[in-house]
Amino acid sequence: MIRYAMVIDTQLCIGCGDCVVACKTENKLPAGLNRDWVVEATRGRYPDLTTEFRSERCNHCSHATCVHACPTGASHLWKDTNIVLVEANKCTGCKACIAACPYDARLIMAPDGYVDKCTFCHHRVEKGQDPACVSSCPTHCMHFGVLNDPNSAVSRLLATRQQKVLLEETGNQPNVYYLT
Amino acid sequence: MLEEVLVTVRDNPHIDPALTVWTWEIPAYLFMGGLTAGIMLFASLMILRGKEDDFPFVARKLPLWAPIVLSVGMLFLFLDLSHKAYVWRFYTAFQPASPMSWGSWILLLVYPVSILLAACTLRSGYPWLGRLVDRFRAGTAIINFACRHRALVAQWGLVLAVFLGFYTGILLSAFSARPFWNTGFLAPLFLISGMSAAAAVVLLGTRNEHERQTFTRIDIVLITIKVALIALLLVNLATGSRVQIEASHMVFGGDFAVPFWVFFVIPGLMVPLILEYWELKGQRRAWMMISPVLALYGSYMLRHLTVDLGQTSSYVSYVNTFDPTLLELLR
Repeated sequence: MIRYAMVIDTQLCIGCGDCVVACKTENKLPAGLNRDWVVEATRGRYPDLTTEFRSERCNHCSHATCVHACPTGASHLWKDTNIVLVEANKCTGCKACIAACPYDARLIMAPDGYVDKCTFCHHRVEKGQDPACVSSCPTHCMHFGVLNDPNSAVSRLLATRQQKVLLEETGNQPNVYYLT
Repeated sequence: MLEEVLVTVRDNPHIDPALTVWTWEIPAYLFMGGLTAGIMLFASLMILRGKEDDFPFVARKLPLWAPIVLSVGMLFLFLDLSHKAYVWRFYTAFQPASPMSWGSWILLLVYPVSILLAACTLRSGYPWLGRLVDRFRAGTAIINFACRHRALVAQWGLVLAVFLGFYTGILLSAFSARPFWNTGFLAPLFLISGMSAAAAVVLLGTRNEHERQTFTRIDIVLITIKVALIALLLVNLATGSRVQIEASHMVFGGDFAVPFWVFFVIPGLMVPLILEYWELKGQRRAWMMISPVLALYGSYMLRHLTVDLGQTSSYVSYVNTFDPTLLELLR
């Protein structure tokens, strides 16, 4: 299986939200719906505070509980990769996948009613391009690539920098990494 | 201190600010599914034990309600779907890791068995309906088939009832992403609750004193087990991981404390338990219609609150300051 990953450098992210705008534009999302979002996390006690910005989205988990929960196979892995997609004409709108996602990363497409989510812009990945959010980042804090390749930019970053994933305790094995 | 604030807009309907993807339809479907399981279980048991004369309502009249209640439940499930035109997709795949997929196929087995169970008791339970169905050749054939294989139908009914009852709980407990649901107690709790609801229907429908007395005793035992399972569930959550402890706090002083204790535990468990006990002691006979109604209400509320609590309990708790009313002011 080809394992795609996104690596986001929280030391460089300024929380501008360009990734969110790029996603909405690229994927023509209706008003009010978002596949990605930015979180400002402040830790510590005044005046010893640290702040990090995190651009978040579906983690395209290696152990994708949403795919397991889907009763029709609408939620599936794209080709032989970890990219999780939803096939609209197989989706009944039962919303089991939404309940199964610990990141609350899925949404109900309006007005049709099928479930939608981040696709890692697989239509761009297919052409050898980065996802729209990665391409648009003004601080170049976002990176995308194949984890199986030890020479890819994401593998080299993860080999040399301290990192974390979100909600590791769920056992979902997320593939969006945050450099700290 | 850790404070996590959303700095871009997140206002996906039914996801933000808290998950509300399942409203009344799913609790109602789970209630109807549990009730069907209880009806089939009691009816099958009485038929297998040859107790038709001792328990005439359970063995002869109750089975007809199984396919009716299940149909209403399935209607509620259909109403919940947000992409209804593709409902048939449930039956173009079997996903072994998905409890919902198991459920949809189990329902496909439960349906014909519940109809056969009703058919084999129709002539004795509802003679006028039996005569009506007998006017049609297919109806007579189904009733005759069901009567010939009465024991086999009841055996299947018993096994499938247990599967169905457990399934209604496993459907929720399999979601590891929702801390309140992620406990093995939900499956036996929902099965027992479904049996309690069916016992309450028997108390409402029977005119036989022996049947009423026996099912009052059965319902007292079932409600007591239900109370014990709920207590164990809460202990399990309160001694679990951080997110499970936070989930248990919702019923111990959080937003759900009043609905849980005041609108569920007291009127849905304690009051029917006391009333049914008094009834056995020969007191408060005039209230004997109230206790089964409250027991049914308790069975529904258990599912309604469980569904709501599970959706509210979450691994993520970002501060979402987005206020859509402010956006309206800009327009």
